[in-house]
Amino acid sequence: MAGTREIPIFAHHLRALFIMAQTQEVLDNVIIKFAGDSGDGMQLTGTQFTNTAALLGNDLSTFPDFPAEIRAPQGTLAGVSGFQLHFGSVEIFTPGDYCDVLVAMNAAALKANLRNIRKGGTIIVNVDGFDAKNLRLAGYGDVNPLENGSVDNFRVVKMDVTKMTRAALDGSGLGVKEIDRAKNMFVLGYLYWMYNRSMEHTIKFINEKFEKKPDIRDANLKVLNAGYNFGETREEATSRFSIGPAKIAPGTYRNIMGNQAVAIGLIAAAKKAGLQLFYGTYPITPASDILHELSRHKNFNVKTFQAEDEIAGICSAIGASFGGALAVTGSSGPGIALKTEAMGLALMLELPLVIINVQRGGPSTGLPTKTEQSDLLQAVYGRNGEAPIPVIAAATPSDCFYMAYEACRLAIDFMTPVMLLTDGYIANGAEPWMFPKSSDLPDIKVNFAKNVEGEKFLPYKRNEKLSRPWAIPGTKGLEHRIGGIEKQHETGNISYDAANHEFMVELRENKVEKIADYIPEIKPEIGTEKGKLLVLGWGSTYGAIKSAVLKAREKNIDVTFAHLRYIRPFPKNLGEFLKNYDHVLIPEMNRGQLIKMIRDKFLIPAIAFNKVQGLPFSAEEILTRIEELSKK
Amino acid sequence: METTTASPDKFTAKELVTDQEVRWCPGCGDYSILKQAQTVIPELGIPRENIVFVSGIGCSSRFPYYMETFGMHSIHGRATAIASGLKATRPELSIWLVTGDGDGLSIGGNHTIHLLRRNFNLNVLLFNNEIYGLTKGQYSPTSEEGKVTKSTPMGSVDHPFNPIALCLGADATFVARSMDRDPKHLQAMLKRANDHKGASFLEIYQNCNVFNDGAFEVFTEKASKKKETLFMESGQPLVFGDNNELGIKLDGFTPIVVNLNEGASANDLWIHDDRDRVKAGILARFFDNPRAAGEHHLPRPFGVFYQEDRPVYEEKMIAQLDNMKAKRGEGDLDALLRGRETWTIS
Ligand SMILES: Cc1ncc(C[n+]2csc(CCOP(=O)(O)OP(=O)(O)O)c2C)c(N)n1
Ligand code: SF4
Ligand SMILES: [Mg+2]
Repeated sequence: MAGTREIPIFAHHLRALFIMAQTQEVLDNVIIKFAGDSGDGMQLTGTQFTNTAALLGNDLSTFPDFPAEIRAPQGTLAGVSGFQLHFGSVEIFTPGDYCDVLVAMNAAALKANLRNIRKGGTIIVNVDGFDAKNLRLAGYGDVNPLENGSVDNFRVVKMDVTKMTRAALDGSGLGVKEIDRAKNMFVLGYLYWMYNRSMEHTIKFINEKFEKKPDIRDANLKVLNAGYNFGETREEATSRFSIGPAKIAPGTYRNIMGNQAVAIGLIAAAKKAGLQLFYGTYPITPASDILHELSRHKNFNVKTFQAEDEIAGICSAIGASFGGALAVTGSSGPGIALKTEAMGLALMLELPLVIINVQRGGPSTGLPTKTEQSDLLQAVYGRNGEAPIPVIAAATPSDCFYMAYEACRLAIDFMTPVMLLTDGYIANGAEPWMFPKSSDLPDIKVNFAKNVEGEKFLPYKRNEKLSRPWAIPGTKGLEHRIGGIEKQHETGNISYDAANHEFMVELRENKVEKIADYIPEIKPEIGTEKGKLLVLGWGSTYGAIKSAVLKAREKNIDVTFAHLRYIRPFPKNLGEFLKNYDHVLIPEMNRGQLIKMIRDKFLIPAIAFNKVQGLPFSAEEILTRIEELSKK
Repeated sequence: METTTASPDKFTAKELVTDQEVRWCPGCGDYSILKQAQTVIPELGIPRENIVFVSGIGCSSRFPYYMETFGMHSIHGRATAIASGLKATRPELSIWLVTGDGDGLSIGGNHTIHLLRRNFNLNVLLFNNEIYGLTKGQYSPTSEEGKVTKSTPMGSVDHPFNPIALCLGADATFVARSMDRDPKHLQAMLKRANDHKGASFLEIYQNCNVFNDGAFEVFTEKASKKKETLFMESGQPLVFGDNNELGIKLDGFTPIVVNLNEGASANDLWIHDDRDRVKAGILARFFDNPRAAGEHHLPRPFGVFYQEDRPVYEEKMIAQLDNMKAKRGEGDLDALLRGRETWTIS
């Protein structure tokens, strides 16, 4: 472990040159899962490996897998924290199904993930995490899974990370606790060796992060190198792998998570529209990160308001919208349920409002940290009265940016609340993003109503989009009252007239349907305009369906993939489009919600494929279903 | 709340009347409150277009429809939350919130206390008629125990809220009480509420002559008013009674009624100080039910119980924005899109 202390980067380069001469296997994609106790630093390890992969030009997709409990007891299954990374020299659409490599820092991490390792995959274990106590805490009793045949189908690399970390830092003057905290660097170093990666990025990161704590900085660098050297000096023959850069579109990329993308999309829309952004919300998993991200950007005129509950969250946003701000509220599961009455108000007031639902497993508290698409029918139909609200859905982490932006555009253009659906999977998942220039983003035009001398102001007079004027307080001559009671056409005065009510109900519906004239038509993402089988997706199933359809087409199966981003209204050509295929398969992480809408509206015998496990589809599951159907 | 005076075009009380037919029952106390508001508001020097009335649902919440200003009649209990968002984004507006005892203390009770502790600079007018008017006469969270209503044929078993004590408990920075039947006092209190910079809470006793007629009779009728009410004025002794012959004296922390005609000295009386939080707490507890209490019960106080100056929410919010702009400069969208780390594929 000696010899790397002085000039780490240089030493590493020399070694890399030497290693080039050795044989190594070239892979086109790899799935690694880092798993350990919450305190083991697996998220950081995963992120570092990810950033390095990105800088080396790999395509990638990641997904963190946090424990539901904040401080679950150490060593238990409940305390396992994971980070899955899928990277390659080919295009990557999902964080991957089964991992090729599992890093298990303790017995619980192995137990929690054993099902998800590919046969023949590699398990890197920290043997120190498999002592009697850890085995007991993981529920293995006194049987060690490393010794009873449980892992016979895998290649197991055992290392005593704790011991080697301590040895590397012997004499460093640091306490045992601090030393042990560097354990993850050992694993990271080893994986860098195994995948033949440059450590430059991580070394730079450590240097910056611990700039003010030189002893911790040196310790981390030392252990990182120790892990790398362990790979080289190990006597057992372990193969190394190399993964070249991917052929992805040239351009400048960054990494982006879905919730972060939503936040940036909202800020961008506000900036383009020339409005202040107001976000009224109440903390809830997995939506809270939108609030966290927005509250960091107050210099963009972003006002975040952590209200006393979700009702106050949306109502404060309605107040802000009445005042002329770009108003947004966001929540998940039970929080969205609480907002429903106020959504009805917003649609009666016909004020712009964006409601973000980061869906999670339900019903009730359900599975707060898991993903699901089971709020679609609630979004479309779940309010009292005839209460149509446009509903759109993001497909991937970076798509969250564009759909958040789009939600704002529609809300302002059509003076309506708009519901944006994302879910826990893309909210926390990350992918590289060729971010746009601000000048490339479409304009959002805001025309606040002005007083016209001699003309009576009619707050519910409509334009060609059936949209009413946005007349904000402070505008002389436009004093008027709005409310949730049914109103007379144009004047907005209270009206209980029967015919007027029916007229207004239809008008509000027509307004939402009119949006179809201003959104893109649906077309195949992959495949042909006509064919045997269409897989129709919406929301976060995008990546899994795309991977599956690409694989199926390699096998010469006639299958097309199309994806819905606009759910209410549907794209104008959807009905015609669906008729071009003999069969339509609709995979959803619910009991079949989009399919109900499709069958209802287009009367076609679409085929449902449902999964409600709090987990995303694997590409393999969808591929299998496609193969079955192709034999029909 | 207090709002800065630009040089507004003047408008009259009459110009605050809308073309909508007022739908309250004849004789309802809401009429008087509307009248007093329409009288006071033109005198405040606020441009009419900067005035916004926000209400929830209830008879009282119909109010905005009758005020020729900007207005929103929202949903039950949520006007407080709506006004918070409006004030947060448009601090220059003069916002008046109209709510009922059900709207503001039952379904919207949570929002009310949070609005007060945050101290948005706006006015909350709570029309307390101790009944649910709009839904035709169920008991409310301010109805007295034993109240017989449609939903409580055997009398209510609920212990009622004391709205003033509740708001003091929520750290409100202005807490006052008035009544529909005393136009002068009500006008004065509306002005005081407007003058205060911060969340002003004004409870207004309002007679619902259809479902709870006479609930405040003892405080409003000539025969009993002088004996049963105590009009507080800061710097003045607490006196009441037909000829102001009765006064309040503090015995330790216990308020007692003394008679100046029977040997008590005016020098011993409690001098009201509307900036004394502890004493405001004692005054809030002058809450005896005059019909149920014995002869020596305390009179019901009207006027300003308490006020304090505390920074208002919307200004603190703006200060943070300014602070961040000073540190990092006005937000640069392209820098935000780029993020901290990028890589280029050629
Ligand atoms: C969510 C909801 N629940 C119930 C109602 C029915 N409702 C309307 S007003 C009201 C009570 C009104 O009482 P209060 O706030 O005291 O107003 P008042 O009519 O006495 O002025 C109720 C229960 C409603 N409109 N909305
Ligand atoms: S029901 Fe009562 S509160 Fe409502 S309008 Fe009639 S009198 Fe007034
Ligand atoms: Mg009432």
